[in-house]
Parts: sequence; C-alpha cells; structure tokens
Amino acid sequence: MALRTAVAAFALALSFVGIADAAPRTDLRIGLVLEPPALDPTAGAAAAIDEVVYQNVFEGLTRIDETGAVQPALASSWDVSADGLSYTFHLVEGATFHDGTTFDADDVVFTYGRITAADSVNAQKALYAGIDSVTAVNTSTVELKLKGPDGLFLFNVGRGDAVIVAPESAANNANTPIGTGPFKFVNWQKGADLTLEQYAGYWGTKPALTKVTYVFINDAAARVNALLAGSIDGINNTDASTLPVFKADPRFKVVVGSTEGETLLVQNNAKAPFSDLKVRQAIAHSLDRAEIIAGASSGYGTPIGSHFPPHSKDYVDLTGTYPYDLDAARKLLAEAGYPDGFSATLKLPPVPYATVGGQIVASQLAKVGIKLTQVNLDWNQWLTDVFTNKDYDLTIISHVEPFDIGIYADPNYYFGYNDPDFQAIMKQLNETTDEAARKELLIAAQKRLAEQAVNGYLFELAQTGVWSAKLEGMWQNAPVEGVVLSGIRWTE
Amino acid sequence: MIRFALTKFLGLAATLLVAAAITFAALDILPGDPARFILGINATPDAVAALREQLGLDAPALQRFFSWIGGMFVGDFGLSYTQGQPVGQLIAGRLGVTIPLTVIAMILSAGIGLPIGILAARRRGSFADTGLMVLAQLGVAIPNFWFGMLLVLLFSVTLRWLPPGGFVPWGENPFAAFASLILPSIALALPQAAILARVMRTALVDVQGSDYIRTARAKGLTLSEAVWKHGVRNAMLPVLTILGLQFAYLVAGTVIVENVFYLPGLGRLIFDAISARDLILVRSSVIILVLAVIGTMFLTDLAYAWVDPRLRSRKAE
Repeated sequence: MALRTAVAAFALALSFVGIADAAPRTDLRIGLVLEPPALDPTAGAAAAIDEVVYQNVFEGLTRIDETGAVQPALASSWDVSADGLSYTFHLVEGATFHDGTTFDADDVVFTYGRITAADSVNAQKALYAGIDSVTAVNTSTVELKLKGPDGLFLFNVGRGDAVIVAPESAANNANTPIGTGPFKFVNWQKGADLTLEQYAGYWGTKPALTKVTYVFINDAAARVNALLAGSIDGINNTDASTLPVFKADPRFKVVVGSTEGETLLVQNNAKAPFSDLKVRQAIAHSLDRAEIIAGASSGYGTPIGSHFPPHSKDYVDLTGTYPYDLDAARKLLAEAGYPDGFSATLKLPPVPYATVGGQIVASQLAKVGIKLTQVNLDWNQWLTDVFTNKDYDLTIISHVEPFDIGIYADPNYYFGYNDPDFQAIMKQLNETTDEAARKELLIAAQKRLAEQAVNGYLFELAQTGVWSAKLEGMWQNAPVEGVVLSGIRWTE
Repeated sequence: MIRFALTKFLGLAATLLVAAAITFAALDILPGDPARFILGINATPDAVAALREQLGLDAPALQRFFSWIGGMFVGDFGLSYTQGQPVGQLIAGRLGVTIPLTVIAMILSAGIGLPIGILAARRRGSFADTGLMVLAQLGVAIPNFWFGMLLVLLFSVTLRWLPPGGFVPWGENPFAAFASLILPSIALALPQAAILARVMRTALVDVQGSDYIRTARAKGLTLSEAVWKHGVRNAMLPVLTILGLQFAYLVAGTVIVENVFYLPGLGRLIFDAISARDLILVRSSVIILVLAVIGTMFLTDLAYAWVDPRLRSRKAE
C-alpha cells in the first residue's frame, strides 16, 4: 500500500514538471502519419513531402493561402497581358537561399526550365506543359509566355510542384533541401524525425516558431499515445475515429476542416454494365451518403453530388440529382436488363475510408441485387491494376488534387469516361479567363457529371487535426497539401 | 571441431545464395512500379518513363540480379529508388537501433525465462509452479504489439516515466537512447521469455527423471547438486535450439514493434520500403536479416558441439 502511494505521488510530481514555464514556447513537435521518401517537392508526388517543406522550406512565385486564394510570395506582384498569354512577375528584393546564395530571375528561369525539360520527373509536369517560354527581363523581373490562356495558371505557379530552386543546390534537394522559406532544413534522422529551424536571413515576416520537429508515426494507436503522453504537440490530420478521446480532453483542441479530396465510388465507364447510364443511375440511387460518412469517416465529411469541393465559390449542390431511392434503383436496373442485379468486384486501396467504406457500399448495393466481391490491394497494386491497367469494375478513392474536374475530359483516364459534351465544356473553360463566365461553365460541368452519374459521388474528405489547446494559427482547411508553419504560435 | 565448423559454414553460404535468389525473384514478380509510386497518379507517362530510366528499372531481370549480387561482394548495395541514397548507408543507420533492441530483448528473455523455468521445475507441482506456468501461457498468447501498447499506456501516458516511442540518437544522448529502447525490448522479450520458461521447465523435469541423475544421487549428491552439476547442462540442449530460433522471431518481431514505438530501425525500414516498392532496399535489408539469422544458427550449432561433446566427434550431417 505504501509502495502504491509512493508510486502515485511520484507520478503526480512528474506530471507537474514543466508547468511553470514563463515565456511561450517557440519549439513545436508535429506528428506525421507518413515519412516523406525524399524532400524535393518538384520530383515526387508524396503528400508528406509538401507537409514538411511547402511554404516552410521552399516558396514559389505565388502561394496558396488557407482559403485557396492565390497570394504573392517570391513575386511581389505580376501583370497579365490582355490576351492572357504573357505573365510578367516582379520578384521580391533581398531574398536568399538557405545556403546564402541570392534569389533572382535566373533561379526562376532555371526552375521552370527543369519542370518542362524532356527528362523532367515533375509529378505534375502536365500542368506546366502550356508554358511556351520563360525569360529573365532583368534580375528582378521574369516574363512567362503561355501557348494558350490558362485560367488556373497563377494557382499552379503557387503549388509545391513549382517552388523555386537554385541551380547550385537543386540536385541535392531530395536529402538536403535548400529553399528561400522561413525555415531551413537542419537534420533528418531517417525513420524517426526531421528538424527545421528558423532561417535568420528570411526576407519576409519572421515566424513565431524557432524550431520544428516532425515525428513520423505510422501506427494510429501510437499517434494517440504520443499526443496523450505529450511527446508531440499536434497532428495535422489523423484518424477521425480517434477524435472522441481528444474532444473530451481540455488539453487538446480538435480542428476539423475540409480538403480537396472528393471521395468517389469510381465506376469503370468503359466496361459493361457500368457503360450503361441506367446502371450508373441505379447505383447512384442506391447510395446512402449519410450512412457511408458515418461509417467510413466517423461522421466527418460533407456529402457531394458531383466532382467539386463544397467550400468552393463555384460549387453547386447536386446531392439531390439521384436521391436515395431503392425502388427507383431496382426499376432502372430492370430497364437496363438486370432485373436480378449482377456481380462485380470492388478493388480497394489500403486507406480506412476505402476499406470500411467498401463494406458499407457493398451492403447498400446488395439491397438492389448488385453483389460486390471486395478485394483489398496495397497502393502499388492499386496503381498498377486499377489506375494504370484499368483492370477493375469499381473502386473507392479520394481524388485530393485541387481543381481536378478536368480529369473527366480525358477519355484515357482510368474512369473510361468518353463524353464529347463534357470535353467541350472543359475546352471552353480552359480558354476562358473571365470570372463570371468561368463560374457558369464550372456549374455546367458539375451538372453534366452529376447527371451522367459517371462515378458514385460520396463525400468531401475532412481534415481532422488534433493540437495542443495552447497552440493557434494552424490551417483548418487544406486547399493544397502542406502544413504551413508560419502562422503557428504558442499562446502561453 | 574445425571440420565441423567448416562444413556448417559452407552449408550456410549456400543457404545465403539461395535466399538471395528467392528474395530477388519474389520481389521481381510483385505487381507495382516504383516510378509510378514516386510520381503519383497525375504524372505524365513520359515523366514516369524518364524516372524509370534514371532508376535503372529498364534493365533485364538477370542483369539486375547479377549486378546486385556482384555489388554486395564489394559492399555496394546500390541506390535506394525512393530516397536516392546508398542502401548500405541507409541500412547501417538503422542497425544502431535494431541490434541493441534485439540484443537487449534476447538477454531479457533469457534472463527472465530461464530462471522461471528452473524454479518451476524445482518446485514441480507446487503452487508457484502452477502460477508461473499460467503466467507463461498468458505470455505466449499475448501478441507483442498489443503488450507494447499496454506498456505505453501505463509507463508513458499515465506515469510518464518513459517516452511512448521515437528515438534519440546514441551520439546525442546515450541515456535517452537507452530509455527509448526499454519498453520496446520488454514488449519484444516477454512473449519469448514465456516460451523459454516453458521449454526450460519441461527439459529440466525430463532430466530429473533420467538414469544419470539417479546414479549421481546414488553416489551421494543431493538432488540440487545433481541437477545443477549434471542436469542443467543437458537440459540446455533443447533450450539452445529454441534460443537460436527465437532470434529469428525477435528480428521478425522488430518489424511490428518498431512501428508501434516508431523507432528508426531495420524492421521499419523494410516495412516502409515494401509499401513504396523500393525493391532494391527491401532485397538488401532482407539479405542482411537472413545473414543475421543463419549466422545465429551457425553459432547455435557451435554451442551445441560445446555443450554436447558427442556432436564434435560425429561427422557433421
């Protein structure tokens, strides 16, 4: 008994250590689910790369803010020609790379030349394929010419894939990234953690944090324990199913926002029976989104009726296009020649919303006679079987790229959706720069996809973060991939 | 003894070569393209093709196999596809966690399991024996990752005595480094200790009933003396077999335990490399593990010969 009391007293004493800190902390330990394979955002697609370096170590000419709007970054301002083909960027003065070399127009020319080169390994090379030429007018002015107008160009310039790198250091950015951002890379203990420190020579506003450590924790239960034990101060995005623990604990705040991830029941439109509009409509009528969100995402996520994020200003709510109606679904199936339903396979990538969501979708479709065999795949199998070889009937996946409605205009995309009407809308959209006209076209595009029931539109993926209650300035939404540190500070 | 060791050694070298061939073939037929994985679903086909060429993925399988084997002989394991760093360097960086972790776990499992086994055998049928064996049964049944979670909940979340995971490099703070390995090695060791305790108990109980113990007793030794002088050494034979096998289990266990405790060890490196289809990294790591396991088997065989002189004179199988 005496021993137990002593142990309890010792534990109590330990838990009070560290409460007496006077000045606010300036260091931060963030948990990340996946470790980045390398650190060059211009040569890899892994979200973990951007989570560490985007806007922290590297900056682009423009940057995307928390609302998804384009803001000046290394370009303090820009002029666009009347025909929308020529962009003149005026660069900030006094910016330097972390190795001390100065940032100027030559770095911009080098960066864009590297992205568009024949041997480029940029993961989003297609977005920059419309660039015709990049010229340094003088050391602080760059002119970019496009082959055709591109309404999304300034957004794409602000993405992690187009951050400015220097010719002196670009080759080593995978392991020792050198950028112009407010934080410089210090140390990477592979498999464990990565440390950034504030860059004293930063050209812009200095951040409140001086040292940031990313800790890589793959295991969901281990992440919960790490937060509870105080060995990390926050996680940008963690399993929604673990949130109740933190909601009930005053030491933490739960930050729920939206992402650019449209979670879809993807249908192989090129393959029977999914090539039949009636079958696709029947499936749309059989999906109960509320139940799917509750099960696959612990209730976090917004229902969608087309391929567009609900927080966008151009969004239109189309969830009512084919309301949940099993009788209508059965009728459509009978008309399509499947009065008793049919069998199909559902290939699922290794993410909880898909593996759990797959079971719910399978049970929902079973009610109208569609019998699904679920096949769980790892990421590489999914990429090979489903995405590259298009060898699938159905899959569940979240498409997290911003402004990616254009993927439906590519008949060779794994959706197998070849619709000249939709392709015409997209072509027109790409050539339109007027805001009001673009909005109209975007709404027409959303409606077309909803009516055609190309995919089963389930929900917009939520971002569910858990942070220490004493932290503020974290991004609630994720309009681009990244954990932007510059606004984060301790309140006490 | 030397001839015995030499024959064993040649057998092990052959095993290693076969293991290398199987590992290579098994990984080569896995579906998945590392270049596509790195560049993601929006990458253009020509960007993927450019990366495949950079990584040397286009060469024929046989050519890649022999350049891998040839490279290993001179200590060159190639470059990791995803990380772009020498594989040998990546693996070496992880051994500073995995080797101490397995060694501590091995010592713990022997240090806990063997005395419990001996104690239970000496008090056979007593309350202590039954109690210990029930505990051992429980220990065998509990998976190490779950046990690890329980340890974290108690010692990290509630008591805050030890970190819940992560690793401080040895060079930075050796005490903190050691502290990060305490819970994982206990989690790894305890199920193995339970197995060892059961094996030790059974072996010793068997030995106690044997003729030479009775002879020793007849010569005037007490039961304790007879068991200590003649019994334990003979009981060690089955225990050694299990210890050798356990090393392989411990190494395999690190894959899970290093994930639960997010330690930067070899197990986690392999786990991540498989998901990223960093095949060259997986292959070489697996070979290192095979080498470690068959090296242990070799030592176990030598230990056999030392414990049991009959094995030395006999021609090696």
